[in-house]
Amino acid sequence: MRFGQFRNIVKDALEHAGIIARFLCCVHVTSNYLFSTVHVHGVSMLPTLNLSGDVLILDHVSPRLGKLQVGDLVSVQSPLNPKRVLTKRILGMEGDTVTYFDPSRGDTTLTAVVPKGHTWIQGDNVYYSFDSRYFGPVPYGLIQGKVIYRAWPIDGFGSLGH
Amino acid sequence: MGSTSSVWNFTKKFVTFGLIYVTVTDRYVSVVPVRGDSMSPTLNPKSSSLMRNFFDDRVVVEKFCLDKYNFSPGDVVVFNSPLNHREMHIKRIRALPGEWYGSKDNYDVVKIPEGRCWVEGDNAMSSMDSRFFGPIPLGLIKGRVTHIVWPPHRIGAINKTSSK
Repeated sequence: MRFGQFRNIVKDALEHAGIIARFLCCVHVTSNYLFSTVHVHGVSMLPTLNLSGDVLILDHVSPRLGKLQVGDLVSVQSPLNPKRVLTKRILGMEGDTVTYFDPSRGDTTLTAVVPKGHTWIQGDNVYYSFDSRYFGPVPYGLIQGKVIYRAWPIDGFGSLGH
Repeated sequence: MGSTSSVWNFTKKFVTFGLIYVTVTDRYVSVVPVRGDSMSPTLNPKSSSLMRNFFDDRVVVEKFCLDKYNFSPGDVVVFNSPLNHREMHIKRIRALPGEWYGSKDNYDVVKIPEGRCWVEGDNAMSSMDSRFFGPIPLGLIKGRVTHIVWPPHRIGAINKTSSK
């Protein structure tokens, strides 16, 4: 009798653990392959994104299908520190010639050609952004997702296209 | 009626299994086949044209190293090619960020920039690696190769240093 009770408890516990595990798997697949949210803050994307921080919705399908184009906001793993994620705008795909302006190197504009398999990313705030102008073009494989909507603050809700 | 519910049950099981499989291979561990001889003799020591796919090495790739991006020189890693994000390559890490690395071919010594590492295949003759595309960002690394599990006579752990 005691043993039977014990067995039932174990069975229940295993069933519940199984349900939780399946739920976590669902969460993982959704947030890695479909869409996820990310909280960003900083000055580099002013005036598009707020200084105090926005919650953005990322789309993970388009980068996987190669549907990114110039003008898209993307979230990218930093080439300098893999644990950091940057949010920048794509200014050039592979093969494009990018003309950019770098305040730290004087008033002249500079040009660069984006190599195969790379993209050129830059913040909207030219004066305070740490981007491809410093670390060069980033490999496409570092792009995590495309920013499609702003979810917070609520009055700024909306699409963040071109 | 009975057949509809059995089809439904089968679909449910199939999807559940798929979700669990994807999660485990993404986060914890996966088994991948090795193509080509760029890592010979560590992986695919002899690639015969006959039955090649069947006797190609299959290796275990662990993903726990991605939590902290802690690697040491000599680790064999799987990474996205910087030239084509759909391709995966298996190579050996030769130098980590901040180290100086001199390749044997051109006697150049390069300093590996922050956040990047130098990868090379064990078979220098037929390997497309950092000698061609330069040091790669650590973020492209998708896992560390730990063991060979197929073919049966080659089952075993991977050495940290190439057996040259």
